[in-house]
Amino acid sequence: MTGTAAVEIRGLEQRFETRRGSVHALTGIDLRIEAGSFVSLIGPSGCGKSTLLRCIADLVTPTGGEVLVGGVSARRAREEHHYGIAFQAAGLLDWRTVQRNVELPLELHGVGKRDRAARAAHLLEMVGLADFARMRPAELSGGMQQRVAIARALAEEPPLLLMDEPFGALDEMTRERMQAELLAIRERTGTTVVFVTHSIAEAVFCSTQVVVMSARPGRIVRVVDVDLPTRDEDAREHPSFFAGITAVREALRGRPVRGVPAGLGGDDR
Amino acid sequence: MSELLATQIAATAPVTAGRGGSRVRDGLRRSAMALLGVLVLLLLWELYRALGPQAGVEVGGQRVLPRADPRSMPGVLDVLRAVGEPEVAVPGSRSVGVAVLASAWGTLKMALGGWLLGAVVGIALAVPMQRFRLVERGLLPYVVLSQTVPIIAIAPLISGWGGRLQLTPTLSWQPWMSVVVISAYLAFCPVALGMLRGLQAPTAASAELFTSFAATSRQTLLRLRVPASLPFLVPALRLAAAQAVVGAIVAEISTGTRGGIGRLILQYAQQATSSPGRLYAAIIGAALLGLVAAALVSLLDVVALRPGRSRRPAPRTTPHPTPGGAT
Repeated sequence: MTGTAAVEIRGLEQRFETRRGSVHALTGIDLRIEAGSFVSLIGPSGCGKSTLLRCIADLVTPTGGEVLVGGVSARRAREEHHYGIAFQAAGLLDWRTVQRNVELPLELHGVGKRDRAARAAHLLEMVGLADFARMRPAELSGGMQQRVAIARALAEEPPLLLMDEPFGALDEMTRERMQAELLAIRERTGTTVVFVTHSIAEAVFCSTQVVVMSARPGRIVRVVDVDLPTRDEDAREHPSFFAGITAVREALRGRPVRGVPAGLGGDDR
Repeated sequence: MSELLATQIAATAPVTAGRGGSRVRDGLRRSAMALLGVLVLLLLWELYRALGPQAGVEVGGQRVLPRADPRSMPGVLDVLRAVGEPEVAVPGSRSVGVAVLASAWGTLKMALGGWLLGAVVGIALAVPMQRFRLVERGLLPYVVLSQTVPIIAIAPLISGWGGRLQLTPTLSWQPWMSVVVISAYLAFCPVALGMLRGLQAPTAASAELFTSFAATSRQTLLRLRVPASLPFLVPALRLAAAQAVVGAIVAEISTGTRGGIGRLILQYAQQATSSPGRLYAAIIGAALLGLVAAALVSLLDVVALRPGRSRRPAPRTTPHPTPGGAT
């Protein structure tokens, strides 16, 4: 493949020193995420999927290997605002209005008041919260708060959107609606998304690739390509959706699931 | 002393802003109840004066109930009369009431100075304590320990050191400055503790968010930590105001500074045999002073915790594992 990948990781190692000794959180991670793709990281707890995301975000420094984001080091990418990030807890500042929460990164980076307001209005429109701009986060539901967090992550039109179980705290119905909305937003912005989740259905529904990880030490066991004909609600009933789910489940278990149609799934690692 | 500290620490919990409408009604009801409480107290006082034995009640040589004679327990009217009488038997002398108010005002000014100085010092200590773990470890125990030193012990030291200072060629250290410093000594502790807790209030995720924005530490302080600390700072400042008033009164007495209510209480206590009402007038003045100080600080609530700034605990979800931390 040619051109600059959105994210390129080579030989990443991550050890944490704790009082009980050294923990090998990630080992031998090689991953290339193409621009415009939607990549989910999935795996059992302790497999280092969040840590991997945080390495890309330069919130933790790997003990070995290399992380390039948009062709530059992760640190430079962070300093140059190459990515937006959303966590499981929306993490809104409760003394700011919804609009001022969305404006926060712009404000920190010296964007003028009028530009900020215009940008925030546009983003809130996009996440369907235009009428809530003047409210406080505490007045919104969990799903709405998460949408504000996503709008905030998109405030600077970053080429890369990092999401760490953003819908993990939401109920199933809200969750499915949020997934669809996220895909619609991505469709419009063309942003590359790296998405940590532990829901197989969520990973398959949203992603172009699902990176399946395994714990102790955290490593990539398989990358499953997902090819759904559409990404609307009908896709959840499509055979290729179920085939994707089976392939991911198989990779998670490390052995074939009975009755898998042949020719599905991705390249083995 | 340790009880006092426990109260200080407990009082630095965040406040919840109430709703606008019921707040006013609540306030009125509370004031009415407080007034009623005072009236009941006065009634009991007069009742005991009327019915209690003149010589008090002694059990086995130990007095268990006070004497009810006018010298030991001046009547409410006696106190009111004392307020109106001239302070000294010289024509043109100010009345006791005016003297009490003037002294209370004098102490209020010094306490206000002590409160402001204490707040500035407290905040100035909290910021580096939050920023650098080492500073917190080194400083925090002494902030707490500082309050175990009796103020009567440090008062002469401070006025002694101050007395040797020449601030500018024309201005030397004034006794009231010692009172302000001693008052600040009591006031800074709750501010430092409350502000530190407030600055540490944002979650690791919020701090991480600011890191992801590549925010400078100054930006993180001003846009994240300081706003998050306000609900902790306001109750701390309220406590500090009470401390500052107590500190100022005690400091006046132990340094012998004139012009304040503490000094006046001492002076009237010496005249208690001839005019017992005066001492009570001065004590009431000190109580009023405390009320005025508390009211002033309540204004802070209105400014800092505007209505609409409702505080609901954020939905707690499973926190992200923090690598490197003690997990």
